[in-house]
Amino acid sequence: MISFENVAYSYGGGELLSNVSLKLAPGSFHFLTGPSGAGKSTFLKLAYAELIPTSGRVILFDKDVTTLSRDDVARTRRRIGIVHQDCKFLDHMTLAANMALPFTVSDRESSAQDMEDLLGWVGLKHLADALPPQLSGGERQRAALARAVIVDPDIILADEPTGNVDWEMSLRILTLLVELNKMGKTILVATHDLNLIRQAKAQIQARVLRIAKHRVQLAGADL
Amino acid sequence: MRLPTAKPASPATRALEVVPPSGPTAWLTTFTAGAMTFLCVFALALSLASGRLANRWSEALAKTATIRLSAPAEQVQIQTDAILATLATTPGIASFRALDDAETRALLEPWFGPGLPVEALPIPRLIQVVEGEPPYDSEGLRQRLAAEAPGALLDDHTRWRRPLAEAASRIRLLGILSIALIGAAMAAMITLAARAALATNAEVIHVLRLVGAKDSYIARAFVRRFTLRALTGAAIGAAAGLIGVAALPAADAAGGFLTGLGFTGWGWLWPLALPPLAALVAFAATRRAAFQKLRELT
Repeated sequence: MISFENVAYSYGGGELLSNVSLKLAPGSFHFLTGPSGAGKSTFLKLAYAELIPTSGRVILFDKDVTTLSRDDVARTRRRIGIVHQDCKFLDHMTLAANMALPFTVSDRESSAQDMEDLLGWVGLKHLADALPPQLSGGERQRAALARAVIVDPDIILADEPTGNVDWEMSLRILTLLVELNKMGKTILVATHDLNLIRQAKAQIQARVLRIAKHRVQLAGADL
Repeated sequence: MRLPTAKPASPATRALEVVPPSGPTAWLTTFTAGAMTFLCVFALALSLASGRLANRWSEALAKTATIRLSAPAEQVQIQTDAILATLATTPGIASFRALDDAETRALLEPWFGPGLPVEALPIPRLIQVVEGEPPYDSEGLRQRLAAEAPGALLDDHTRWRRPLAEAASRIRLLGILSIALIGAAMAAMITLAARAALATNAEVIHVLRLVGAKDSYIARAFVRRFTLRALTGAAIGAAAGLIGVAALPAADAAGGFLTGLGFTGWGWLWPLALPPLAALVAFAATRRAAFQKLRELT
């Protein structure tokens, strides 16, 4: 689905990631961890083609990202659900309209039934008409997750989805991600919350990638 | 519960909704388009009026010609007869006549005062020729006259007509240039406004790209908005301009240049083409600006 071959990425100054080689197999569940500023977000951005590697190759759905046109990138992103730490909503549109956005921008209709099921699944039925700024952190994160999965993507990339919520809500979001994985979705979650990772490992076979010294390594079973 | 599917909206309308409303500055685009179109109506009126004027002058002067005969006194009558005979056998001449002494005196009076003894002066004989349909071949006539009456000179007023027609067509050119400049200025202003709008909405664009929107989809939202604003502004501007032109005093019999400014007949339809044209300019300018800006925003 996504594979990195000797990928390096450097911002103006130094190298942030180097010599990264890995594959995310279909249906796998990965955590990506590491200290803040280590490059978790950069790694995710490379995985959805917002950033282009400075060297090496990132392959998305069998295509090298450097060969993708802007429209190809748009089409690729319709197969990847992205959950941002700060959610990225359009604040002038209702929650329901925001959730339907991936459909709207591809000129497709979302079925009312799917929409209602999805709102029910994330427990936000009563807030369909609310504007994003009126929601709590946990509600926003769940709505972001719902928006990410509405077009039935193959891969879900989540950047600190539990960063701004309490433990109880973190567990709820984790449960939703685990359910998606059981439905066959490939999941990659960037987090620095080791408790969350432990909790997940109890429920599902999850692998942990750790960023240290510019490298991404598969962590041992010591967590 | 109200869901987005509960209120059916066309994809284009929804594309408009994904970009937040732009507030009071939106009026600036409409105003600019309106003002530009208003000016354009007058430039158009100027072009059309000078075009008409050029035609009118050309036609009026082209229809008549003068033959001037300068010959020794004893030759005058012989050559006049020869000229009249030549004219009578030339096709393409509606009428002709020799001016008598009284008429010649009347023509010269403004310069020499009354009571001029025309007979005593070597004043050339004038013969007025009115062109027929189809017109005569002036070069052919000139050669025949040279053979029949060596003192005759055909003046078909080309010398007068050319500078007048040139001036009029130059004014028309200036009018057309003004219209082009007004269009270009409008395109420039709309480009700036569109770029500003795109920059303001960089975060919205980022979100749309994140959920898989193509550039064309995002551009559509902006292009529609600016095209509609330009169309509205231009419609108001064109209407105001038309009222202004219609309120100008009508051309009097003398057909003075300034009072002739305006539209006649089908010419009134020209300003109606301006709003769609302005919309087209806005469409192209915004589209170009949008695709350019979107490439910068990743």
